[in-house]
Amino acid sequence: MKTVFRHRLATRLWHWINAVSIFILIGSGLGISNAHPRLYWGSYGANFDPAWWELPRFPSWLTIPASYNLAISRRWHLFFALVLAFGLLAYMIVSLANRHFARKLRVRRSDLSPRNLMADLREHLALRFHDPAHPTAYNIFQKLSYVAVIFILLPLVILTGLALSPGMNAGMPWLLDLFGGRQSARSIHFLCMIGLAGFTVIHLALVILAGAINETRSMITGWWRVPEEPKP
Amino acid sequence: MMVGRRNLMVGSAALLAGCDKVIQQPAARRILFMGEEMHRGLQRALVNRNALAPEFTPEQRSPFFRPNGTRDPGTADYAALRAGNFADWRLQIGGLVTRPLSLSLKDLGAFAQRAQITRHDCVEGWSAIAKWQGPTLGDVLKAAGIRDGARYIVFTCADQYRGAPYYESIDLVDAFHPQTILAWALNDRFLPVMNGAPCRLRVERQLGYKHAKYLMRIDAVASLDGIGKGKGGYWEDNVDYDWYAGI
Repeated sequence: MKTVFRHRLATRLWHWINAVSIFILIGSGLGISNAHPRLYWGSYGANFDPAWWELPRFPSWLTIPASYNLAISRRWHLFFALVLAFGLLAYMIVSLANRHFARKLRVRRSDLSPRNLMADLREHLALRFHDPAHPTAYNIFQKLSYVAVIFILLPLVILTGLALSPGMNAGMPWLLDLFGGRQSARSIHFLCMIGLAGFTVIHLALVILAGAINETRSMITGWWRVPEEPKP
Repeated sequence: MMVGRRNLMVGSAALLAGCDKVIQQPAARRILFMGEEMHRGLQRALVNRNALAPEFTPEQRSPFFRPNGTRDPGTADYAALRAGNFADWRLQIGGLVTRPLSLSLKDLGAFAQRAQITRHDCVEGWSAIAKWQGPTLGDVLKAAGIRDGARYIVFTCADQYRGAPYYESIDLVDAFHPQTILAWALNDRFLPVMNGAPCRLRVERQLGYKHAKYLMRIDAVASLDGIGKGKGGYWEDNVDYDWYAGI
């Protein structure tokens, strides 16, 4: 049985900080949503304006705190917003410096050929997630989803969150122009949350399918057991 | 080993419940509540103290500016002022000032006026855009003469919450911000009762609950201790809202 060093300290630290932050941010964010569960496009939007989405009231088993308390939801949300934002910033700096992104997440044009994508899809459906020749390399779907989360969803959820701040609106009015107004930013913020929640659910499902203990241990200690080759 | 979907859901609910336990610990609560100070520090460091909140064109206004909180103070004193079209209303400016003032609506109109079309953001998440007009708070405070040692401006209102007047407070950076005005007009008309007649605060870089309505007194103070429960406002005192509401 072969064990390899798979995840660096920076990656492992950031992973668990994010796991906690995303969990708390989604729970407290759903609590905040319950204060005014309507989404609008544009700069303004209140009860008498048409909403493009009337959200359900999120139940107590999904929100932080369980019983409706906007003030405490906001305290959780705004504290962990700082953890998430500065965590991402630090991770990006470290990963550019130690070439983590270039080594692990670089997507080559040939990776995206329909043949290659279909082949990886077939492998996924057969629950084989690792290339036996390069077991520690991420497969193409993995790369694409990590790139989407790190370079699109997380920056977008942070910037749309900042655009909701009337204080930051004075300092960075271009953020509002970028997203088409504060209520549009609020809508995009919510859609990003759905994306991150979806990623988290698929991520957890695949961790379980790939072997929950081995995968979780590798994210704690860094060491990962290479799956045995299936015997012909 | 397979972790079932049910187990995940139960685990998730337990973790969420854990968060509610955590915040009951005074130490955890203190750390979490430090987020407000961090945001205030970051915003004060990153944003020019006179940077303006976005302003809009008349066409960009909300069709209707919805009221929130008190829609009518409903006290006998307020009803009497309202019956007289607020001719007898006086805004008292006091505390740490060299010349305490007692200002009528006409007096407010005699100051240089600022009109601005701005977005009002409620802590609940909605926004509404409207035009506001009135003197800047800075000009009024300069007329009264702020004394050394004053650090906060406290606004006392005509509406009662739990038997005490609604109140709010801001620091001197926001008090002297060019868009911080004592608004007596909304969309070119006298302020309606539901929006805070005859005069409300506009402090455009903060959330709606800071924009005290039905103003009766403005005091310059050295400290927020001893006012209400000492946290600087009705919501801050009673339901843990942030005093710094720039986010």
